[in-house]
Amino acid sequence: MSANGLLQIALFLGVLLALTKPLGWYMARVYEGKLPAFVRWMAPAENLFYRLCGVNREEEMRWTRYAFAVLWFSLLGVLAVYAMQRLQGLLPLNPQHFGAISPDSSFNTTLSFVTNTNWQGYVGESTMSYLTQMVALAVQNFFSAASGMAVLVALIRGLARHSAETIGNFWVDMTRSIVYILLPLSVLLALVLVSQGVVQNFSEYKSVPLVDGVSYDQPKLDAAGNPMKDATGNPVTEKMTVKEQTIALGPVASQEAIKELGTNGGGFFNANSAHPFENPTPLTNFLEMLAIFLIPAALCYTFGSMVGDTRQGWAILAAMTVLFAGFLAVAEISEQQGNPAFAALGVDQTASATQPGGNMEGKETRFGIVNSALFATVTTAASCGAVNSMHDSFMPLGGLVPLAQIQLGEVVFGGVGSGLYVMLIYAVIAVFIAGLMIGRTPEYLGKKIEVFDIKMASLVILIPPLIILGGTALAVMLDAGKSSIFNPGAHGFSEVLYAFTSAVGNNGSAFAGISANTPFYNTALGFSAWFGRFWLMIPVLALAGSLAAKKRIPEGAGTMHTHTPIFVGLLIGTVILVGALTFVPALGLGPIVEHLTMIGAH
Amino acid sequence: MTSRSKTFSLFDREIAKQALWDALKKLTPQQQMKNPVMFVVWIGSILTTILFFQALGGHGEAPIGFILAITLWLWFTVLFANFAEALAEGRSKAQAASLRAAKKTVLAKKLREPRYGAQLDSVPGTDLRRGDVVLMEAGDMIPADGEVIEGVASVNESAITGESAPVIRESGGDFNAVTGGTTVLSDWLVVRVTVNPGEAFIDRMIAMVEGAKRQKTPNEIALTILLVAMTIIFLLATVTLLPFSLYSVEVAKAGQPVTITVLVALLVCLIPTTIGGLLSAIGVAGMGRMMQKNVIATSGRAVEAAGDVDVLLLDKTGTITLGNRQANQFHPASGVTERELADAAQLASLADETPEGRSIVVLAKQKFELRERNIHELGATFVPFTAHTRMSGVNLDARQIRKGASDSIRDHVKSLGGDFPHDVQTLVDDAARRGSTPLVVADGTKVLGVVELKDIVKGGIKERFAELRRMGIKTIMITGDNRLTAAAIAAEAGVDDFLAEATPEAKLKLIREHQSQGRLVAMTGDGTNDAPALAQADVAVAMNTGTQAAKEAGNMVDLDSNPTKLIEIVETGKQMLMTRGALTTFSIANDVAKYFAIIPAAFVTTYPALAALNVMHLATPASAILSAVIFNALIIVALIPLALKGVKYRPVGAEVLLRNNLLIYGVGGIIVPFIGIKLIDMILVTFGWV
Repeated sequence: MSANGLLQIALFLGVLLALTKPLGWYMARVYEGKLPAFVRWMAPAENLFYRLCGVNREEEMRWTRYAFAVLWFSLLGVLAVYAMQRLQGLLPLNPQHFGAISPDSSFNTTLSFVTNTNWQGYVGESTMSYLTQMVALAVQNFFSAASGMAVLVALIRGLARHSAETIGNFWVDMTRSIVYILLPLSVLLALVLVSQGVVQNFSEYKSVPLVDGVSYDQPKLDAAGNPMKDATGNPVTEKMTVKEQTIALGPVASQEAIKELGTNGGGFFNANSAHPFENPTPLTNFLEMLAIFLIPAALCYTFGSMVGDTRQGWAILAAMTVLFAGFLAVAEISEQQGNPAFAALGVDQTASATQPGGNMEGKETRFGIVNSALFATVTTAASCGAVNSMHDSFMPLGGLVPLAQIQLGEVVFGGVGSGLYVMLIYAVIAVFIAGLMIGRTPEYLGKKIEVFDIKMASLVILIPPLIILGGTALAVMLDAGKSSIFNPGAHGFSEVLYAFTSAVGNNGSAFAGISANTPFYNTALGFSAWFGRFWLMIPVLALAGSLAAKKRIPEGAGTMHTHTPIFVGLLIGTVILVGALTFVPALGLGPIVEHLTMIGAH
Repeated sequence: MTSRSKTFSLFDREIAKQALWDALKKLTPQQQMKNPVMFVVWIGSILTTILFFQALGGHGEAPIGFILAITLWLWFTVLFANFAEALAEGRSKAQAASLRAAKKTVLAKKLREPRYGAQLDSVPGTDLRRGDVVLMEAGDMIPADGEVIEGVASVNESAITGESAPVIRESGGDFNAVTGGTTVLSDWLVVRVTVNPGEAFIDRMIAMVEGAKRQKTPNEIALTILLVAMTIIFLLATVTLLPFSLYSVEVAKAGQPVTITVLVALLVCLIPTTIGGLLSAIGVAGMGRMMQKNVIATSGRAVEAAGDVDVLLLDKTGTITLGNRQANQFHPASGVTERELADAAQLASLADETPEGRSIVVLAKQKFELRERNIHELGATFVPFTAHTRMSGVNLDARQIRKGASDSIRDHVKSLGGDFPHDVQTLVDDAARRGSTPLVVADGTKVLGVVELKDIVKGGIKERFAELRRMGIKTIMITGDNRLTAAAIAAEAGVDDFLAEATPEAKLKLIREHQSQGRLVAMTGDGTNDAPALAQADVAVAMNTGTQAAKEAGNMVDLDSNPTKLIEIVETGKQMLMTRGALTTFSIANDVAKYFAIIPAAFVTTYPALAALNVMHLATPASAILSAVIFNALIIVALIPLALKGVKYRPVGAEVLLRNNLLIYGVGGIIVPFIGIKLIDMILVTFGWV
């Protein structure tokens, strides 16, 4: 990699780590209800919400009620988003007059946005009205992010409190996440994006004639929307010629900001952050990547601050950063090395003053190798799923990185709130195994880890592989699953595995190459996202309740410290051994064999 | 500490033989289901056995020899785990047998009325119920646990404690408890039986040691849950491999789908069989190790809790200091020589049979060669200590020699019209400040000086406390002494804190205070007045010489009645946890190498490029899979000694301990199987078995 590339990565990590402490400190103050003076003017807005909804801000909830509130709130979101898509044709702010969206696609999109997954089976600019984009989807971007942060804060309280029955108030935690954290940051980021050329309007799409017509092949769909195959099983395509281009517009900037800040990832346009109206310049690219990691990284500091020992937060952040650096190195190096198949065709893949070199298939020239691989690693480390390049076109090992990061449980920074709460579960498991090794009943932050806690932690590590592997197995057994695969072979298998991994991990990015907007995938992936989200949240909240009720054991000479480099190493080891070993056989039949076959052939 | 023939070599021939047989008997589904991880292996073995018979019928999914080899080694895996458990149980049973030998049926002399001399009935000892009163005379074996209500006797308790020196048992006070199976050596005792048949102390000991009543400890349950979760995850990872493989074969149009035999082999290799197979052996062996240390725990939970102890409360007397104060210095008043003082003190103590009195005589002899004189030959009369005068001494001719606490002597001297000199008061205060007990000696109205009685701190105790501190345990000394004395002894013994002028209420309060801060409190005690505090403490070790009340209140009994035994109890508790943690880490770390052995072997026919992952260069796919399965089975046997002995605990601090064990069992766990599997593969190839 070039010095310039390294410098860009260093700059990214440097700015990120520099912002971690101030934002983390600020969020801790917000959640503890000790608002810093410079935001107190916003308090009336917060209070207005409580008055309107009849919330008593002083009221504390037990974990069961907290979980019920999360589920209830999400269910309301599901109903609203589904109804808006189905009734889209009757609603205003629809200059392109898009009709109702199919039931299965609406179902998928609804669950996908409520769970912070933002898997998109639909094509935004040709299906969703501005109203649906703004009121249904963008609002869920805020709500799903805020509920993830709320659950994390509840877990932190469980660790920070002792001999307590309650873990906070969901409505308050969620309102504060939106009013004081997500909204101000989104406004700020949206303004900068607009200054760089991201569009923000309600106008109709513009049509412009093309200088030359373009012809391309498109998979032919049958009446049910499934891709058709000929007698030999190859997809049937039809030839299309285009002489005119429609330029899609809309209120993009406002949705773009929260898409990254809330690690949602659902693009306004189908091309997501590769689209010039979503991500026009290297500066916006830098800011979007920063926005993805900003809150997940800062929440580590918030965690440390709220449990009264910031070293604990830094240790978790260190483990995340080391894992991230490792994955990033693999992605950058394999993409920069280029594709031996291209080399055989005589394509110049050497970096020079005029080109970035490496595997540029599916990448934007304004981002090049470094910022495409970095974006891909960032967006899958955090459960964002926004993309500025096509992961499907990455080298096998480059594509393994996003896949593996999601399979680890989205703990390398992870989604806002959700990344850290799953990482804390890994910390509990690491503490349990290692704690036994020093001859004491394991304890984390002074809380004994006992039978109930291990039960809940086990559920959290058990459920994602259950759904990912089960779903993938189902898809490759059923015709409904297999017929969507355009690239039969190891790569097709990787694509299906990626789809389920992305849904369960609430990431939402895709290996393109399977047509996922089919009843089978819409339904299967919708349920995957739902279980991947809430079946983890419930045990996490149960753990929070159990931890809050425990006594806090004062630190003594026999206490294992959880802020030391050894612990960081142990945590990384646990994430890799417990998180990744499950997926090794599946990865072996996907990207690994692709890579070995590729280097074997060339 | 006493040493008894209660330790058995690790693979005692007899025990091992019995264990092999028991391992087979444990193959029933009821037994296997108790251990979820091994149950999966058991099911897998049955599955491959069926596949083998199917292959015999000519419809084999793989070469019949391969299926047979895998099947056999899977059964071995199950048997090895059973063997480990049976071996641990066998060792414990052997210990129990040596206890049971003590439990013979004896005829008891049941008294119709609870007094010495009442009418006797001869009944079998096993028929005695709680509340019965029995008489025991010299030579009788005590038939059941009870408390002495009349009489004094010497009792041989070696059957329980291994200590051959007789102990005194008498009514009232702290030495009124007798244990079934011990023998009265002299005199007689009238004892009220305190237990019903089968509940006796020795019965409970046997049941505990045999493991019959062994309940899983909380940490063991938590670990089992984690292991089950991992087993389910790996079950899923292997089960879904079949459709993945079918699809891969379909699209690659090459090779064969993975066989059920290979999938079962992969599953067994991946699930944590090492820890799963040895888990219960670790628990049984832990209890057995306690037994070797002459400690009987009433539950495994108590042993495990011992590993977590943060605070240890110790009685001063008999624990930190030798039981009694001893004279170690004469401080004469001005105008009196030390020899004069020693002479008077010796005279005052000649007839004083208390240990303090004897120590004065001894000191006088050591320092001034003052021989012991016979009080009767001197024509002296002994004035014994009374609660009223709080002095003792002799009247010799006209001389009234007295020794006692400074207040008592002051009153005595003043009542005779004498004066208590100021310099003696200074001597008294100095001695008290040093943690000693000052005894003032007066001859008539003349105060001669002060004898300093000192608590003698046990040799080596300071080092023991330092060790406890390194373990992270805070020691607190409990004493009835005043603060000044207590502080001085605490400093000398090196305890972290002390509770002076302790009453039973104060002890209880101290324990509750620490517990409310989340600390785990251990306490040792022997007296009836210790019982409430023992009941409150999380880990309570009662001395076997203590009262029945103390033993009932504790959750462990130390047969050696050695209060610093707690250090060893803590170590054993920690070892149990460490062994489990170490083997769990090892077991999970092993999976890396097993993947490298099995994944390429299983799918190389479909994707030849996967051969690149065969980093160990194992000979053939069959040898690779078989080697991994064999390694997985043999590692259980190889680790049985570690499971039974436990991972060594050293008080080096949590960080160092964690680093060392992570290096050994984590990093080692990744590396060892690479070597082991390669070696097994080479052996298989060399002998042409694959």
